[in-house]
Amino acid sequence: MSKLNSKTLRDSAVAYLFLLPGFILFALFIFGPLLYSLRISFFDWNVIRPERSVWIGWENYIRAFQNPILQRAILNTIAYTIITVAGQLLFGTLVAVLLNQGIHGRTFFRVAYYLPVITSWVIVSLLFEYMFSGQGGLINYLLKDVLHVTSQNIRWLADPILTFVPIDLLGIWKGVGWTAIIVLAGLQAIPDQLYEAAEVDGAGNTARFFKITLPLLRPTLVFLLVVLTIGGLNAYISNLLLTDGGNPLDQTHFILTYMYERTFTNLEFGYGAAISTMLTLFVFIYSTLQIKLLQKPAEV
Amino acid sequence: MGIKRQKLISNFLTYSLLIVGLVIVAVPFWYMVATSMKPQSYIFEMPPRLWPKQFTLQNYVDAITRDKFGLYFLNSVFVAVTSTLSTVLISAMMAYAFARLQFPGKNILYYVILLGMMIPPVTLLIPQFIIAKNLELVNKFSGLILVYITMNISQQTFLLRGFFESIPRELEEAALMDGAGRWTIFSRIILPLSKPGLAAVTIFTFLYCWDEFAWAQVMMTDTAKRTLPIAIALFQSQHLTRWGLVFAASIISFIPVLLVFIIFQKQFIKGISTTGIKG
Repeated sequence: MSKLNSKTLRDSAVAYLFLLPGFILFALFIFGPLLYSLRISFFDWNVIRPERSVWIGWENYIRAFQNPILQRAILNTIAYTIITVAGQLLFGTLVAVLLNQGIHGRTFFRVAYYLPVITSWVIVSLLFEYMFSGQGGLINYLLKDVLHVTSQNIRWLADPILTFVPIDLLGIWKGVGWTAIIVLAGLQAIPDQLYEAAEVDGAGNTARFFKITLPLLRPTLVFLLVVLTIGGLNAYISNLLLTDGGNPLDQTHFILTYMYERTFTNLEFGYGAAISTMLTLFVFIYSTLQIKLLQKPAEV
Repeated sequence: MGIKRQKLISNFLTYSLLIVGLVIVAVPFWYMVATSMKPQSYIFEMPPRLWPKQFTLQNYVDAITRDKFGLYFLNSVFVAVTSTLSTVLISAMMAYAFARLQFPGKNILYYVILLGMMIPPVTLLIPQFIIAKNLELVNKFSGLILVYITMNISQQTFLLRGFFESIPRELEEAALMDGAGRWTIFSRIILPLSKPGLAAVTIFTFLYCWDEFAWAQVMMTDTAKRTLPIAIALFQSQHLTRWGLVFAASIISFIPVLLVFIIFQKQFIKGISTTGIKG
């Protein structure tokens, strides 16, 4: 008995030692900052001389709620999230279903579709900025001179609504490859016998897709919905580079680009912290849904 | 309509759609490559050509020789490699503790690790910056590296724990009987058996560190310490219309990622599809 105890004791000591470096970093750079952020969100924070910071209670939060630019940024972020999540799910599922047809060159297609995923946001954002240039861009050329949809060059990046065409398309274009691989894993987990049985019963392709594939894919799609939504709410770099900081007229911010600007350009650290605290809280509540999904990854 | 003919039509449709998708994915990439090889006077040509009328490598020469690009490349290599190796070691240790050892508070601590995956990194920017400032880490590579490690630990511990749990326990128990310590078992038995898992973790972390933008932008105000994403974004704002130059720089910075991806493609895709991790 005492031998067992000493073994457990030793195992515990080893475990804590193994966990120590990671948890020190965690405390220092994640949980410490979270609490700190909460604290400074109640201050008019002076980043150069913190001792001069003034406690102002809920003021930062109230200002955030009343700020029309932030309201617009929230709407922009929500619209972006809905559009890109829907687009990625739709096209990702389509690509996965196609790749699952026992085709030749599956590895090739999978790798090719994955290229946008591994390319950095900075590079693809600049690429889309170039393709969507108001003058002489590839997209304008296609629309005006090849397809004749428009008679004038469209100034995509100078309009508070049209700016989101390249931003949203980029979000979908970059994410389809990842979504497709997750869906493909889900598809491959569906037993062939089910399809064979359905074929014997005379079910067509469409019926098989809606009666077998979709229902069995549901857990995968729910998982994707959660992860992609969080990704959408966190969009940052594409907007920063394509709108050049909310242009025109501060109408095109996302929540995070606006928070960044207020904090690091205007040095309103308390205000920025209030905005990030609210977003963190929202994402946190939303992603507690995700925990269960994460704990059984094999079923994803 | 015969079954054979039906099969033929369905195959034709499948390939056609896949090729349309391929074009949508590939054309922007190709356009970037083509533009990087055009002389400046052709950058806003009408009609835009996917095959340059005149090829030049001048943009690549300019990109490499201008604005300390070589230095930024080395900075990126140093930061990404150091962060990645440290992340792999630290996460593997944590994953081993969670996979194999019994200790009080195990579930709660694991839950804390999972929480780390749910916090949006950009929302931590402000307080992380203030803390880094207090620790005098601003404008230091260690400031980038420590945060990159921290931001990757959760995901990689999660991934490796699953991997370690799939290794049969018998091997370890035999070594324990022989009196081997936990560290020996971890480093001599578990790690060598986990190469595919470690490869996946290495790639994910490397990609993250190589591409990270927001934290590097906040932290590195010293121009000599920039990493590539920052350098390329600034490149574009300094040379507004010199897209050939910007894309040449982008392509050079993309090559290491592409190589790593092609070499480890299998482990990579497997890592993603079995764990649902967003690479």
